[in-house]
Amino acid sequence: MIETPPALAATAGGSLLVLAILLPCAGILLSFALGGRFAERIALGLTPIGLAIALAVSVLVWRSGAPVVTNIAGLPPPLGIALRADGISCVMLVTAALVIAGAALYARASFATPAGVSEARAPLAFWIMLQAIWAALTILFVGGDLFNLYVALELLTFAAVPLVCLAGKPETLVAALRYLLFALFGSVFCLLGAALLYGAYGTLDIVLLAERVRPQPAVWLAAGLMTAGLLAKTALFPLHLWLPPAHAGAPPAASAVLSGLVVKGSFFLTVRLWFSVLPALPGGAAEAALGTLGAAAILFGSVLALRQPRLKLLIAYSTLAQIGYLFLIFPLASGAHPWIADGWGGGIMQTLSHAFAKAAMFMAAGLLAESLGHDRIAEFAGAGRAMPATVFALGLGGLSLMGLPPSGGFAAKWMLLRASVAAGHWVWAVVMLAGGLLAAGYVYRILAPALSDGVVVLKSPPQRSREGVALALALVAVALGFAPQSFFDFLQIGRAAATAALP
Amino acid sequence: MNLLPVLDLGLAILVLAVAGWTIAAREAFGAVVGYVAYGLLLSIVWVRLYAPDVALTEAAIGSGVTGVLLVTSGARLRRAGGVEAAAPGLSQRVLAAALAVLVAAALAAVVLMLPEPPPTLAPEAREGLAATGLGNPVTAVLIAYRSFDTMLEKVVLLLAVVGVWSVASDRFWGGAPAPLGRARPQGALIFLDQALVPLGILVGIHIFWVGADEPGGAFQGGAILAAMWMIVMIARLTGPPRVGARWLRLALIAGPAVFLAVGLAGLGIAGNFFAYPAGFAKPIILFIEAFMVLTIAVTLPMLVAGPPRRSPEP
Amino acid sequence: MNASTLAGLVGAGLVGLGLYGLIVNPQPLRKILAFNLIGSGVFLMFGIVARRGAAAGFPFDPVPQAMVITGIVVAFAASALSVALILRLYEETGTATLDSDPAAKPPDDGARDT
Repeated sequence: MIETPPALAATAGGSLLVLAILLPCAGILLSFALGGRFAERIALGLTPIGLAIALAVSVLVWRSGAPVVTNIAGLPPPLGIALRADGISCVMLVTAALVIAGAALYARASFATPAGVSEARAPLAFWIMLQAIWAALTILFVGGDLFNLYVALELLTFAAVPLVCLAGKPETLVAALRYLLFALFGSVFCLLGAALLYGAYGTLDIVLLAERVRPQPAVWLAAGLMTAGLLAKTALFPLHLWLPPAHAGAPPAASAVLSGLVVKGSFFLTVRLWFSVLPALPGGAAEAALGTLGAAAILFGSVLALRQPRLKLLIAYSTLAQIGYLFLIFPLASGAHPWIADGWGGGIMQTLSHAFAKAAMFMAAGLLAESLGHDRIAEFAGAGRAMPATVFALGLGGLSLMGLPPSGGFAAKWMLLRASVAAGHWVWAVVMLAGGLLAAGYVYRILAPALSDGVVVLKSPPQRSREGVALALALVAVALGFAPQSFFDFLQIGRAAATAALP
Repeated sequence: MNLLPVLDLGLAILVLAVAGWTIAAREAFGAVVGYVAYGLLLSIVWVRLYAPDVALTEAAIGSGVTGVLLVTSGARLRRAGGVEAAAPGLSQRVLAAALAVLVAAALAAVVLMLPEPPPTLAPEAREGLAATGLGNPVTAVLIAYRSFDTMLEKVVLLLAVVGVWSVASDRFWGGAPAPLGRARPQGALIFLDQALVPLGILVGIHIFWVGADEPGGAFQGGAILAAMWMIVMIARLTGPPRVGARWLRLALIAGPAVFLAVGLAGLGIAGNFFAYPAGFAKPIILFIEAFMVLTIAVTLPMLVAGPPRRSPEP
Repeated sequence: MNASTLAGLVGAGLVGLGLYGLIVNPQPLRKILAFNLIGSGVFLMFGIVARRGAAAGFPFDPVPQAMVITGIVVAFAASALSVALILRLYEETGTATLDSDPAAKPPDDGARDT
């Protein structure tokens, strides 16, 4: 019997990781079998339990200062599958649990099974898809095996795509189909990369690969193919075509999850690939290329957002721009330089704050559209007085997008700026500042009409509880701006192990 | 002179040629027929690669069931014509071709440069096989070593069903999908059904059962059972079930549910999630696989049948 | 040039062909066919890795083969979902293309079969 090397050994609390995945899976199965109203109740009932598990794992990682690891069935890699939760896994798990809980509460009004009917199409589909997205994201955040992560990517796609066309309108069907094609392209090239890595090293475990990977053609090709696939799924410029119509056309609760969480899943995988599997690859050319595409996305997305007459499309294009900020983590946090802690913290903070801010904005936009009957920004005059809480939530979310203090967005951009200046990469700093200005422009575009004088007739006033959810998420995005240094130290847990695997 | 390399080369050329035909064919129907033929040729390639389990799966699911899916949908799309999409310009074709050639060449180069000696997990698989009591290492990987992947994949299948059903019109929810096959099936088809289906069911169950020790398993057996049900539906001897039917819902979750339950129980019984107690591994594995067969046999035809298109009867 | 290297080259060719078809073919149904070609090329890659991994008395490495089996099933599910969307789009608009402005031409209501 071969002794399990210390890097692969399971740690205490590993069972929580398996439970975190099995919980929403069980929810899916029960919701489908029981059907009807049970799907909603099960989804709502499971969210606090999932949040508790995420928090418990985070406490364990925080206390031990090391990732929580488990080997499924007690079988360690390379033959078995491992799950690992490091610092960034934990914050993503908690974020996902909170945003999904918020989306679930928000969606109760729009996806309740109508009275007198035992089951309806859209509610059942929505509640099952929501739990499936949650399950898939959990696996993506803690998975330690590349094939396991591929299956999770497919689960995420199958759950996200039907949400886009849930309302059934033809343009959303086109958007869903386009999304599906991009997503399938992404998954199949990820799988191809995995095949090459297995062919070269005989394992798909992330930790084992990190030890074995050397710069050779198979690895470069695998890295390129997998990254191309993941970029298509994350809608990074120039593979962004599918995102705006898909996120704008989906129901608001779904858009909140799609923009807030789903695109972060494939982004997280890209980070895992480059920072945990491939750190042995030399040079910064690839990282610089990713940063360049991110910079292009910031500018391109922001400019297009400025020109949108409709609120939901504007928010969707803003997602394109904010995704660009995420990819600055690659040039700014790789290698062994003094500024990488800032780059890493900034990139992860941007992921978290954007998740909350964007979810809040889509929810607020949904409330506006429902109450006003349209989402044409030019005709929002007076909305601020009629629906103050909603517009306030929209504004708070915009605060984080602009990167104004106090907000998580500000903290993120501040750290990224500091890192770029320290690294001497002035380009990123200039682009980020330009992006901030442009974001201010499009946030102003939304808020100015809403806060101006005018009288609107509300078709129906927004529900207090739904406004509350949007506001709560926006407040979390702001509260992240107050994250102490210990939070950023927490994000570093597990990083040392990845870079220690360098030859 | 050894004939095999010549046959291999011929097979390789044929596979690429049929694949090229599938891309280049003018009519969608021709492309789909080409794809089915391509799938069968691929099954032969898999046999040459000493992968009988994969060959069975490719023939049954990759070529067979996918073929039925594409043919029935192609027929629907063909029936009404519709606006033809704009063909791409020459520059787009050239760029796409350049990209395709680049990727293919890079892959080919990497294939030629794969390491010697090749890394492999076969020794580890052999080591653990005795504990599982199985004789087929692929089944061991699927249901024992990497069972987590397989369980998740069953959930993925279920999500696909929900996704397919979700595009239905609201007024049809709870009803049945449109019937497969033509309204007045030929007598020969009905006769074929009555002769073939009972045999096919036996073959399917046998392939599942024998898959523990020989090539075969739950996926392959389940796919054959699914094909039998689809043949019966195509001959209009029975119709697709209503999506609201309780038995259908239970059958669709049976595989993943049993897998998940056994996996959870593993913590108490064997010390780890998804672990099997020593000595009982094989019966438990067969137990799980039996429910997987049921789910696959029901899921594949429902995916082909599509979303509900009939109102639920009162 | 043994069987696995040849199969690997075929796989590379299939990925290239499928990629070309995915980009160039305007009809979504043909794109799904092309995606399936890419998928089968990727599976062949796993397959040759499995064949080359013959050891310990097995003529193959079972792990990649199991991955292919999982992949084939998932690819079929993806095709089924895509087809459902394409057919629905066709029912709603009378066309099955991804052109940005589908003509809202309603087909026969109910779309009854034959």
